[in-house]
Amino acid sequence: CALHVICCNAGQFFSSGHTNNWAVLVCTSRFWFNYRHVANTLSVYRSVKRLGIPDSHIVLMLADDMACNHRNPKPATVFSHKNMELNVYGDDVEVDYRGYEVTVENFLRVLTGRLPPSTPRSKRLLSDDRSNILIYLTGHGGNGFLKFQDSEEISNVELADAFEQMWQKRRYNELLFIIDTCQGASMYERFYSPNIMALASSQVGEDSLSHQPDLAIGVHLMDRYTFYMLEFLEDIHPASKTNMNDLFKVCPKSQCVSTPGHRTDLFLRDPGSVLITDFFGSVRKVELTMDAINLTDPIKQMEENPVNGEEQKEVYSYADQLPVSEIIHQKPKQKDWHPPDGFILGLWTLILLVFFKTYGIKHLKHIF
Amino acid sequence: MKLIPKDDFQEELVIRPLHSGDIYASFQFRTLWDTDFMRENKVSHYRLFPKSLGQVISKFSVRELHISFTQGYWRTMQWGQPFIPSPPGAELWVWFQDSVTDVDATWKELTNVLSGIFCASLNFIDSTNTVQPSASFKPLGIGNVTDHSFLRYATLPREIVCTENLTPWKKLLPCGSKAGLAVLLKSEKLFHSSFHSQAVHIRSVCQDWQCKTTSWELRQTVNSVFDLHNSGQAKREWSLFKMFSRTLTEACPLASSSKLYIDITDNPQGEQFELSPATSLLSQAVVLGDRRTFSVYDLTQETTFGSVRSLNLLIRWKSNEGEMLRPLLHAERYVAGYGLQTGEIHTLMYNNHPYRSFPVLLLDSVPWYLRLYIHTLSVTSKGKDNKPSYIHYEPSKDRVKPHLLEMLIQLPPNSVTEVTVQFERALLKWTEYPPDPNHGFYVGSSVISSLVPSTVAMDTNSTRERPLFSSFFPCKEESSYFVRIYTEPLLVNLPTPDFSMPYNVICLTCTVVAVGYGSLYNLLTRSFQIEEPNPGLAKRIANVIRKMRGVPPL
Repeated sequence: CALHVICCNAGQFFSSGHTNNWAVLVCTSRFWFNYRHVANTLSVYRSVKRLGIPDSHIVLMLADDMACNHRNPKPATVFSHKNMELNVYGDDVEVDYRGYEVTVENFLRVLTGRLPPSTPRSKRLLSDDRSNILIYLTGHGGNGFLKFQDSEEISNVELADAFEQMWQKRRYNELLFIIDTCQGASMYERFYSPNIMALASSQVGEDSLSHQPDLAIGVHLMDRYTFYMLEFLEDIHPASKTNMNDLFKVCPKSQCVSTPGHRTDLFLRDPGSVLITDFFGSVRKVELTMDAINLTDPIKQMEENPVNGEEQKEVYSYADQLPVSEIIHQKPKQKDWHPPDGFILGLWTLILLVFFKTYGIKHLKHIF
Repeated sequence: MKLIPKDDFQEELVIRPLHSGDIYASFQFRTLWDTDFMRENKVSHYRLFPKSLGQVISKFSVRELHISFTQGYWRTMQWGQPFIPSPPGAELWVWFQDSVTDVDATWKELTNVLSGIFCASLNFIDSTNTVQPSASFKPLGIGNVTDHSFLRYATLPREIVCTENLTPWKKLLPCGSKAGLAVLLKSEKLFHSSFHSQAVHIRSVCQDWQCKTTSWELRQTVNSVFDLHNSGQAKREWSLFKMFSRTLTEACPLASSSKLYIDITDNPQGEQFELSPATSLLSQAVVLGDRRTFSVYDLTQETTFGSVRSLNLLIRWKSNEGEMLRPLLHAERYVAGYGLQTGEIHTLMYNNHPYRSFPVLLLDSVPWYLRLYIHTLSVTSKGKDNKPSYIHYEPSKDRVKPHLLEMLIQLPPNSVTEVTVQFERALLKWTEYPPDPNHGFYVGSSVISSLVPSTVAMDTNSTRERPLFSSFFPCKEESSYFVRIYTEPLLVNLPTPDFSMPYNVICLTCTVVAVGYGSLYNLLTRSFQIEEPNPGLAKRIANVIRKMRGVPPL
């Protein structure tokens, strides 16, 4: 009967179906006046880290640097609240894609996993079919597109196809997509892959508004939807049982001015049974064992090597930093010989052709 | 009992008050390890040396690696010479071992891996900004062979340095940022400074005075200059708490030595400023061609922290006099000219020594979109032509490699040497512009390496116990010391097209086609029929009745 209890508990343990959590947080706007988009992304980053997802499982993409921007009166900080209460940048932040690297191509490559082989691990989304992924996008958008860095756009069709690629490659178990832009609901209209739940800050035809400006910093600090979402998330802790229905109620029209929307028809489970920590937190399964484990022998440092028979080892020395005479008498690097370029060959062929055409072929014997 | 090679960790902080009231803080953390990364059986147990860097060294057969991230520009005239020089932005130069067959492919992979380790966009380093210097950047570590085909150098002047670069850097330290001097490295204060530079230097050094065996040395350095007026204080007074918003409570337990040095050379009798808590330890070191005196605080001793268990060093100024030693060598660079077609790069090098001349090696790496006209290159000192004794020039290739110009110039005493070269700006393809093209394009700093005559005899004994800040550059002779200075990076505007034009052209063309061709087409192909006007209601009812009667409609 003890076994039966364990089985039941195990079943309950794994009911959510996922074993690891990932987050892809993207801010797509450049320039100082888009400070609020970076603050949005960093607030979600902060919540996600606080609830347990480690840096190795977060792909953070910030299109511009606001913290160390020369216009920032308080360097190395990004604030989310007017009275500078909450520094969402913090002291322990790892940005994976920054500046010019945040492009539509890199974003889609991260999602689908088709990155060049030399990409380091911190820049890859190494999810599998038991991963729950949170994707958060913010920036300037319109009906059916999201603008990246003022120079290119991603359309809702492209995004839906990327998610379908992820589904076919079994790169996610469940996906939560949150977008905070103008007309954000248009971005999730075209999704057709299963197990996706989407939230947006405004419907088609509406603008998402920013929250409040700060007179010292001089720009708007956050967008309304993410501001209220951050307030909501600050109350969540790793063991809380709040579910998605509460997240849908965040920021009603009275606070947000725009109407937040959501889409759950592609999602298999009932949103009321989905915990917030299923996406924002990290799964930590603990296995208790009663066995003792033997540690290996302690490691000791080698003492100074006694001078053993090899007296004739060569003596090393430091290189001369500016050997003037050596440099002056340096032989120029022998350039490798390359066969003549196509242009030179063509030119000589033309010259020879003209010569022989003018003077006839009988002059050939005078050359050889 | 498993034996691992010996490793050792030392940390130190040097604080040098500057003449203008600012203060210069230089951290150095050094890990020495007697292992051999190039061995067949891989190194598996890492203690003080960070594993990520150890794996990079063995995987890419690195002989020396120097990477620095800098925010701000070092003002030599106001601040003197730094202990570890670095250019604005990111700079990476690597010497590979001679066993590497394809240096370019290894270089590309190495930059990608480093961009993941340091959270920086080092993956933008490719053949368009990498050069292979032919005489500069000799290895700083052990080495007899200096074949420059194994050297690669690249800078990214546009690279931003912020907390996300400091976080992984701090994680490489044995004590992290939890104990020792690294607790002072708080980003809010470090980035609110006039200059901030963090670097990692990996090289092989001699293990002892005999130098028959080598060990690997990893140095992590932070150089910061804090501005007096920026930190919002009225009187000239500096303390550890004002600079870093933290005080020291203990040394790193893994460190064999942990020291704090204050430069008191200009203050021998304490008439300029006063230090508290006072210390009796003094040390002298020859660094940057001058003999400097330092007050030393040894953090491994309990007594340093006093009864409050924390050390908050306070430096209070009493008088404002004193003059700074003028640096013997400094340089400037600027772009002259007007318009968006041509321009001229001027590099000025100042030799402030009254009677000695010394040689200077100038390395310039200019991107391909500034087409240099080398026939206009001129080097003049005191108005007369100064022919360099060595010139190495590699022309650029569009979209493949940048210009490389290296010259060895002898600077006459007490003079200004001006190097000018004219260039023309190229028009890029419209997809090659970055998202903010009107910001301009950066040209990396010039590097000036030189052997400057020193005022006191330099210490050539490289293995004696010396403070870390004086043992960075190896010294071969006593009368001069090696120095490397960097000029400002340049910001040039390239002719930028109007990016909204494709949209405008499409709209205009479509409108013209629709209106012009469309109306003509309609006129030609439309056929006209006469249509009866719709009869009124009365008439329709009358027609219905007439139809029923069998009579023809109206």
